[in-house]
Amino acid sequence: MTEQSLWSIFINASLINNFVLAYFLGICPFLGVSGKLATASRMGLSVTFVMLVASVCTYGINVLLTLLHAPYLQLISYIVVIASTVQLVEMFIKKISPALFRTLGIFLPLITTNCAILGLALFQTNRGYGLLQSIVFALGAGLGFTLALILMAGIREKLELAEVPNIAQGTAVSLIVAGILSLTFMGFAGLGN
Amino acid sequence: MSTKPGEIIVTGPKDTDEFIKGVWAQNPVFVQVLGMCPTLAVTNTASNALVMGLATAFVLLMSNVLVSSLRHAVPKQVRIASYVAIIATFVTAVDYIIQAVSLEVHKSLGAYVSLIVVNCLILGRAEAFASKNNLKRSIYDALGMGVGFTLALLCLGVVRELLGNGTFFNLSVLPGNFQPWVIMLLPGGAFFVLALWMLLINRLKQGGPRD
Repeated sequence: MTEQSLWSIFINASLINNFVLAYFLGICPFLGVSGKLATASRMGLSVTFVMLVASVCTYGINVLLTLLHAPYLQLISYIVVIASTVQLVEMFIKKISPALFRTLGIFLPLITTNCAILGLALFQTNRGYGLLQSIVFALGAGLGFTLALILMAGIREKLELAEVPNIAQGTAVSLIVAGILSLTFMGFAGLGN
Repeated sequence: MSTKPGEIIVTGPKDTDEFIKGVWAQNPVFVQVLGMCPTLAVTNTASNALVMGLATAFVLLMSNVLVSSLRHAVPKQVRIASYVAIIATFVTAVDYIIQAVSLEVHKSLGAYVSLIVVNCLILGRAEAFASKNNLKRSIYDALGMGVGFTLALLCLGVVRELLGNGTFFNLSVLPGNFQPWVIMLLPGGAFFVLALWMLLINRLKQGGPRD
């Protein structure tokens, strides 16, 4: 187990090593869903929620696999657990709030193939985080993801008013914006220890 | 497996067309914008890009072969789950193979080898192509997409390594007084280089200058 303090894990996951802008995890929803501010924030929060649940689940799985001496099953069991978690969250939201379910729509099942979730599970295992550290790590990563998504959506809403050259329309201009955002986030590097 | 009655025999596009399609017209990175995470994350050197591209191509080929052979046996309701299990199996194998061949490469790629599982390209091809087409066409499709993906990764890797480090596959090629552009190796550089390649390709597709 590492000795890193909870606060430094949180800052590290959300700002310094932002999942989207420094680790390139979850780029697909980042480019796909960041068109409107409202959908971006909803997507971000549902990813954060799934991350929290998946983080606790994969922590348990890892303990079990270590007991069984079967590390080669790690990847397969992680992905199955994440897929079922997403399914569970989907049913839960459908039951609790049908309105929210309708607005999230297609995004929920897509979270399964969001590399940020699996990446989170793999990172927390590789770094040997304890249960509490894992939860804080998941919270930081999820909020960092949401922050990046909201920033991007805000910029892209403004960008609609700008005149973009023909060849740069669509993905290319989003990538340039993402690059600039990524450079900005490097300014947080000094926050760590 | 015997031919089922009512199965449509596909004539029309030749099998080799599936190969060309993956490399250029439907290039996974530049046209379909799939599999962005490894494209941006591990292309800081050309050799990392090559290994990542080949690993992905291998998983893509094997999963396409298996999905295509099992396409009549897997019930429709559980198909996604079984595809994910197939892909995860091959990714675990690739992970251990890379670890056995070169521990150094495995360290520099980090968790991104395991993350091939959630590369949307592979699941996308399994669902959109291999589950509907015969074995031969699926193999051509996987080879085309794999080669296209590897080429795209190399495009990024070569540019980033050349400008960021002054080297080409770890060989020094630029004159000694060249000042490396550190930004190319940073995350921001990955976004910029990919954007520039897309601009170039869009320009080529439009053909000729425009007013």
